[in-house]
Amino acid sequence: MIEIWQWDWTMALSGGILIGLAVTFMLLLQGRVTGISGILYGTLIPRKNDWDWRLCFVVGLIVGGLLLKWFEPETLENTVNYGPWRFALAGGLVGYGTLLGNGCTSGHGVCGISRFSLRSIVATLTFMAFGVLTVALFR
Amino acid sequence: MSKNITALTMGILFAIGLGISGMTQPQKVIGFLDLFGQWDPSLAFVMIGAIGVHASMYRWIRKRSSPVLADQFHVPNRSDLTPPLLVGAALFGVGWGVAGFCPGPGLTSLASGNLASLVFVGGMVGGMLVFKISEPLRNKVFPKS
Repeated sequence: MIEIWQWDWTMALSGGILIGLAVTFMLLLQGRVTGISGILYGTLIPRKNDWDWRLCFVVGLIVGGLLLKWFEPETLENTVNYGPWRFALAGGLVGYGTLLGNGCTSGHGVCGISRFSLRSIVATLTFMAFGVLTVALFR
Repeated sequence: MSKNITALTMGILFAIGLGISGMTQPQKVIGFLDLFGQWDPSLAFVMIGAIGVHASMYRWIRKRSSPVLADQFHVPNRSDLTPPLLVGAALFGVGWGVAGFCPGPGLTSLASGNLASLVFVGGMVGGMLVFKISEPLRNKVFPKS
């Protein structure tokens, strides 16, 4: 049991480091905050000359997903047995909420906290708290 | 062109990070949020790893006058805590807890071909379009001071 836990922690830390490297290179090379919700919104409602790189990043996320599917398919396993409507509703809340709150786990949780932004720290604590509350209510 | 290639590459790297860490498995995310039940704290290490790397590089990068491939940095500098920030984060948190997906893992898991991922991303795009369309109403609820 302890071994499995340590393995999970090691993988989580390694994955986190890769995420940290990706957002660091996006800042160093392009000067961008890697907020997935904002990047996705920019592909849906494009602003002038600010579309291609966003689409490329979103495509990259899916290509990365395909690589995971081919080499480590268990990383994409979804064993929660919720119905499709529940996932659709969750998606709606996530889409609307992240735009209203100017960010998600990446934009606020990783990029914002890394620059000690008060807004991002408060937003992250808020969405974590409401995530915990929601899971507790659905138990 | 180089901007697009780096964005594509970093998107791939980001997705692999999400997959390796466990963020693309809703059951793991639900376990992480299940603080009052069978709490699985492992995903806290994703934040620790990502913030550890980025926070240590951030100051060093911002010493540059501009990024390598662009004219200027696009980094928000607001510090005001507003109702939309809090309400938006709360709605996002509820959505995250309802299904265990946040935006990045949702998009990456599209590759699985699972109906769950498909409808989640469909719902997320729908929520974003509703956000755009409802702008006049939103300006009444959250008047700009």
